[in-house]
Amino acid sequence: MTELQAEQASKVLDNSVTKSKPRPNRDALIALAVFVVLALLPMLTSSKFLLDFVIRCAAYGLFATSLNLLVGYTGLTSFGHGMFFGLGAYGFGLMMQKTGVAVPVAFVATLAITFVVALVIGAICVRLKEIYFAFVTLAFQMLIHSTILSWVSLTGGDQGLRGGIPRPPFLGIDLSNHLHLYIVSCALLVIGLFLMHQIAQSPFGYTLRMIRDNATRASFIGIDVWRAKLTIFVLAALFASTGGMIMALFVSGAYPEFAYWTISGEGIFINMLGGVTTFLGPMVGTALFLILNDTVTRVTEYHGIVLGIVILFFAIGLRKGLMDFVIEWYVQRRERSGERTS
Amino acid sequence: MLEIRALSKSFGGVKATDNVTLDFADGSLTAVIGPNGAGKSTFFNLITGALKPDSGQILLNGVDLAGRSPPEIVRHGIGRAFQVASIFPSLTVQETMLAAVGADQRRASVMHRRFPLAETRDRAEQAMELLGLASKRNRTAATLSHGDQKLLDIALALVLDPKVLLLDEPTAGMGTEERWRMIDKVRELWEKQKITVVFIEHDMDIVFKIAPEIVVLCYGRILATGKPDAVRRNEAVIEAYLGTEHHAEAAI
Repeated sequence: MTELQAEQASKVLDNSVTKSKPRPNRDALIALAVFVVLALLPMLTSSKFLLDFVIRCAAYGLFATSLNLLVGYTGLTSFGHGMFFGLGAYGFGLMMQKTGVAVPVAFVATLAITFVVALVIGAICVRLKEIYFAFVTLAFQMLIHSTILSWVSLTGGDQGLRGGIPRPPFLGIDLSNHLHLYIVSCALLVIGLFLMHQIAQSPFGYTLRMIRDNATRASFIGIDVWRAKLTIFVLAALFASTGGMIMALFVSGAYPEFAYWTISGEGIFINMLGGVTTFLGPMVGTALFLILNDTVTRVTEYHGIVLGIVILFFAIGLRKGLMDFVIEWYVQRRERSGERTS
Repeated sequence: MLEIRALSKSFGGVKATDNVTLDFADGSLTAVIGPNGAGKSTFFNLITGALKPDSGQILLNGVDLAGRSPPEIVRHGIGRAFQVASIFPSLTVQETMLAAVGADQRRASVMHRRFPLAETRDRAEQAMELLGLASKRNRTAATLSHGDQKLLDIALALVLDPKVLLLDEPTAGMGTEERWRMIDKVRELWEKQKITVVFIEHDMDIVFKIAPEIVVLCYGRILATGKPDAVRRNEAVIEAYLGTEHHAEAAI
């Protein structure tokens, strides 16, 4: 991101934040409104395809937005973030299959496992800079993927967790019911986005931006850069893991592909599509990516070529993601109209 | 009180800081001067933790800070601005200030609140007012002029309420008029804030006009310390650094 781009984006996004009074309540109301709209969607349409699309958006959206906390906000380009998506899917699936605990217990336990794993991996990785960070995260991802493939007795190897994930009802919620799964996925998505937005707009979120812009200076104003990076690495892992759990529930299983490097690649791809200078960029990118994937794979088996061309268009043509482009266009338009009135 | 005791640092065979012992009294304003390569910036880097000393002590009110990390040293009350303005290009002036105070407060609320504390806002506001940046609060740092970026850099150090403020060439890269504006500002800050200020400066007119105390470094060693008049008359300083011009002025 160039300084100019950063400036233009921050003009729109950040000024409102510091000018405004504290307003977590407003964010909570918006989150609630979005959840209500999503929850009412099944009443407006009976299209299972659309509801499935939203569930997949929830899984990938949480994953991609959490990756943006690292890439866009902190300047940590992780090539291995997908490992936590896979960890979430496998952790949750195995917990349900092997222990038979209630869904919320498995959910919390999987987050706890992710927390510990992310803490250990993060403690090693966040000391490294730029390309070294990227490649060591990738190395850990491959380590976890290889473990999944080779520990056949536990993970099912390359066949994945088969036989379905048992989903005993809890608190009147039955996740084997498609509608219930849809509502829970929407709730997790909205809560996840709300929490990530609070983090991004908090003083800690600004600490991350300072580290991204100038880590050395950040340390000279008393910021423990390593600790801040580790904190966001672990938090991002928890949200990615939640995305993985939604995916495991959706497909009722977990597969090695969930922890393969291509998932991390798709996360980066989604962020490039949607843009990393806006909070909602990765969500827009997720929707675009899934639409592209679904339509192109139906038309041609060479979908990789089409996706490659699209990303080249965004990277070389626009030089930014869709939301970055829209925000920039909006700023320029507002400035032009401002000049005219003055 | 900042006390430097027998501080030394070598790079290979070169002694960049050689057994330096100095006291900076509370509320003093001291200029550090010396020819290029005298070890002025290394001296600052050692005090602020950017470099670890080979030996010696850095005592701030009796606490030895030698070898500690920059964040620890900052939290003990030593702030610093850089020779080349070190700022956060994508943040606005106001965001920079709020974020710096927010990071400094390190309250439990940092994860889920925007900048809610009145105290945070007041401190940020004060720093912007002091440095004359309040009218540029919504400008992103990257778009500020060179002089304003230097002021922002100083504001970043000042907003943390340091006991000691180290300014590495606050007037570097500025035109004559801008230099004087900047140095007037530094003096004003020193008078208003009543903190210990140590600054590195190459412009001798500025140094002799505003600094009540001067330290002269040469090849990592202290060549002279004292009041401007004494330093100006010091033979070793004239020979190594000042030349005869300032000596002649002093005589007049």
